[in-house]
Amino acid sequence: MVEGIQSPAQAIYWVISGRILFLIIHLLGLACFAYIVARRLTPLLRGERDLRFDQPLARLGKVAQFWLGQWKHPRYKGAGIIHILIFAGFILLATRAFALILGIADTVAMPAIVGHVYDIIKDYATTIVFLCMVVATARRLVFRPARYAVPPRYGKAHTADAVFLLGLIAILMAADSLFAASKAAYQAQQAQTVDFLAVLSLPWILKLALISTPLSTLQNLHLGAYLAHDLTFFFLLCYRPFGIQFHVETSLFSVYFAKLDREMLKPVKWGVSDEHLDQVKSFGVKKFEDFTWKHILDFYSCADCGRCSDNCPANAVGRPLSPRFISIKARDYAFQHYPMFGRPNNGKALIGTIYSEDEIWSCTTCGACEEECPLLVEYVDKIVDLRRGMVDDGNVPQSLQKPLKALESRGNPYGKMEKKKADWTKATEFQQACKVKILDGKNGVDTLYFVDSITSFDDRMQSIGRATAKILDHVGENFGILGAAEKDSGHEVRRFGEELLFLALRDHNVDAIKASGVQRIVTADPHAYNALKHDYKDVPPVEHVSQVIARGVKNGNINFNPVENKDAVYTYHDPCYLGRHNHVYDDPRDVLDAIPGLKRVEMKRSRDRSFCCGGGGLMLFYEPKEEQRMGVKRVQMAAEAGANVIVTACPFCMVNIEDAIKVAGMEGKMTAIDLAELVDQQIAREIPKECETAVHGG
Amino acid sequence: MEILVCARRVPDTSENEIELNSAGNDIERDELVYSINEPDNYAVEEALQIVAKSGGSVTVVTVGGDDDEEILRREMAMGATHGVMISDDAFSGSDGRGIATILKAFVQKGNYDLILTGVQAEDGGAQVGGMLAAMLDDPFASLVNSIEVLEGRKLKISREIAGGNREMNEIDLPCVLSIQTGINEPRYVGMRGIRQVASVPIPTFGASELGVDAGAVGAAAAKVKRVDYFLPALGKGAEMLQGSREENIDKVIELVAAKGGLK
Repeated sequence: MVEGIQSPAQAIYWVISGRILFLIIHLLGLACFAYIVARRLTPLLRGERDLRFDQPLARLGKVAQFWLGQWKHPRYKGAGIIHILIFAGFILLATRAFALILGIADTVAMPAIVGHVYDIIKDYATTIVFLCMVVATARRLVFRPARYAVPPRYGKAHTADAVFLLGLIAILMAADSLFAASKAAYQAQQAQTVDFLAVLSLPWILKLALISTPLSTLQNLHLGAYLAHDLTFFFLLCYRPFGIQFHVETSLFSVYFAKLDREMLKPVKWGVSDEHLDQVKSFGVKKFEDFTWKHILDFYSCADCGRCSDNCPANAVGRPLSPRFISIKARDYAFQHYPMFGRPNNGKALIGTIYSEDEIWSCTTCGACEEECPLLVEYVDKIVDLRRGMVDDGNVPQSLQKPLKALESRGNPYGKMEKKKADWTKATEFQQACKVKILDGKNGVDTLYFVDSITSFDDRMQSIGRATAKILDHVGENFGILGAAEKDSGHEVRRFGEELLFLALRDHNVDAIKASGVQRIVTADPHAYNALKHDYKDVPPVEHVSQVIARGVKNGNINFNPVENKDAVYTYHDPCYLGRHNHVYDDPRDVLDAIPGLKRVEMKRSRDRSFCCGGGGLMLFYEPKEEQRMGVKRVQMAAEAGANVIVTACPFCMVNIEDAIKVAGMEGKMTAIDLAELVDQQIAREIPKECETAVHGG
Repeated sequence: MEILVCARRVPDTSENEIELNSAGNDIERDELVYSINEPDNYAVEEALQIVAKSGGSVTVVTVGGDDDEEILRREMAMGATHGVMISDDAFSGSDGRGIATILKAFVQKGNYDLILTGVQAEDGGAQVGGMLAAMLDDPFASLVNSIEVLEGRKLKISREIAGGNREMNEIDLPCVLSIQTGINEPRYVGMRGIRQVASVPIPTFGASELGVDAGAVGAAAAKVKRVDYFLPALGKGAEMLQGSREENIDKVIELVAAKGGLK
């Protein structure tokens, strides 16, 4: 009877039995890991409340889609596919890893659990993960995608850490394969039954390489590989919580606890109703522990992949904001202030230390970063919370103080008088074609057109208001406006951190809307749309005018004359608060495609990857530090797509894009038009239809 | 340091369309939005910054009526320690000297090291600060755009001189300074701050508490009376440059340089 290869458990390593040695390594490794995780949990326990324990089924759904299903990864093809392969490999090998930890049993420490099928899978999984490590290292060292670069102001490059971690995983895979290969080679030489190895897998190749190696060497390789695997595994386990690979452990929790209603903004404090906000001592995030525990978990989970910043328009135009470093800087802060040994040390205010004021005001809340993040890290809520903290400390740029004050006293950021809110309806030509009612609750009107400040007061945008009114009139809506009773929707007021002013505006508008007795609301301003839909409570259902138009086109109420200019090439720019935040992508496109003879092209960055034009509401008043305007970049994207007319569906986009056309020197080559304006211009009106002439109330 | 800031509520020029009333002797005030006189807001911010560094308290005082309380609350929300209302029927219609007389009586009831006013009221004539200093026999500096506290009850201040020059002075305390806008960046006062001070009591002083002779102030004693108020006729419109981009750039540089905007 020939002797089989000695398993690590049976072997003697130097003077100590394998069984005891590995028991010690495993126990030590697990104890270290438990200690590290406990220390990492400390800031989470000191963080703010966050209600994330509801709706387990919906949360498991997210886990299935975004964690197990790696839903966001293919948005970046190369890195995405590599990640999916590594992830799948890890999941398959995790079974084995658990077996390893528990496997200090009598048989080999890495038992083949479910026979051949699993053996084939794990051989290939090991091989694929190993190859992925090679490719990923090559990407990091040779191809160096731009999004991994660390700008000097954010510190040193993270390449060394990334490559070190990739190397460790490669060692893990190689050791695992060598362990199996040395055993198989040994068995082959002894003419025993040879453990099955999948063809062309790494262990299979290693076995071929080792087939004539002396038995004693094979025995040593077998035991050595196991030791190397074991040590690497536990080193990795305990090292990951110090760097970018902590997401291996945290991602499952990050995704499970991810925000379910992404369109809703985080309340000032979870569990405190609007009425009780007066009792809250401090608003927003000022120090690290003001972040909620989930937001701190996000910081740990960030994988430093750079997709957020790659899509961030503020980052693209050189504003001092890169969402990736919002996370990385906070994580570094947590590591520094919650050390492994010793007491956590009290940190100072975050603004002025790790974050700058300009950094936090630079965000347009467009949501591109969140749309991209494979781990569902939340950014908008954090930015808004940081702004709430600054507003609470009186730390608001002078350029924003005037409009905020005007919103408080006049209900609009321009400081215009309330009685002039309906002046846009008084243009002579328009008034002859369409008289707009001002609602007083007695005119029996069922639809409210919520105009909002910019469309009411800005000379250029008033044209969008009139076009919208004429469209509503054309499709037979019995509609009116609130006039002087309508205040700013407060959408940006809230997103700029002035919660109580927002609540005052909202409460006023909700009362006015209820008093008007309408059944539904239409607006042409995506920011107002988002506010009415998600920030307001107990108001009738709201639609964006593009949805009304799309329905009119579908049911035949709206027919179009063909486009006259044969040289015009249109492209549709998705406003952030219509597209990304509310998923209205198709209605505006359907409307455009229904206009006979209209040539339409798509920009590279469209739909949920749309590139913000520069931001709306109060962002128009903010003076950012930037190298270029977002709008200019956007206009250039339209030109690259071959378009010469940009259609948008938001008055703020119109401001930014029209300005950008001038700044880019593209006047005459590029024009911008609002969807409502274009529709109003193209609508086939067989008989000019006068709308109701009586003006009630007001 | 005990600092007193004299503040005033005025129609907010950025949030109103100022029109003449039908009588033609004042502006139409019915739908106006009022706020604190902007330079006074800078004065309060400066006082708060001094106190944050050197300790002490900031009191904001205004001469007015119930409506004017809102600006005291706003400044208290900013961080002012006390707000004081000076109100008496006898005070209404006072000219600048009358207001200075009233303020002098209030100042003498306290023990202030430094008195700040805004450089001028947006609807006024930059007169109260100087007169108040003279009545108190205190030193006065106007158009102050920086303050540094020195040892030995002295301040180092800089004043804005025409053409953008600055003049540095040392001034003894107690003194009166009129504060130029731009000296600092006033902090934002949100709804929340105002609500938090909404129920803080604001003491009110009248003529008898201050010991002011009612006959020496008010409309009857005013020696400056407004006789007319009008909007000047619009002058020539903007000059439109017509030429190539390069020509226009050259022309703009020439025009700005001619006005002293380029050095």
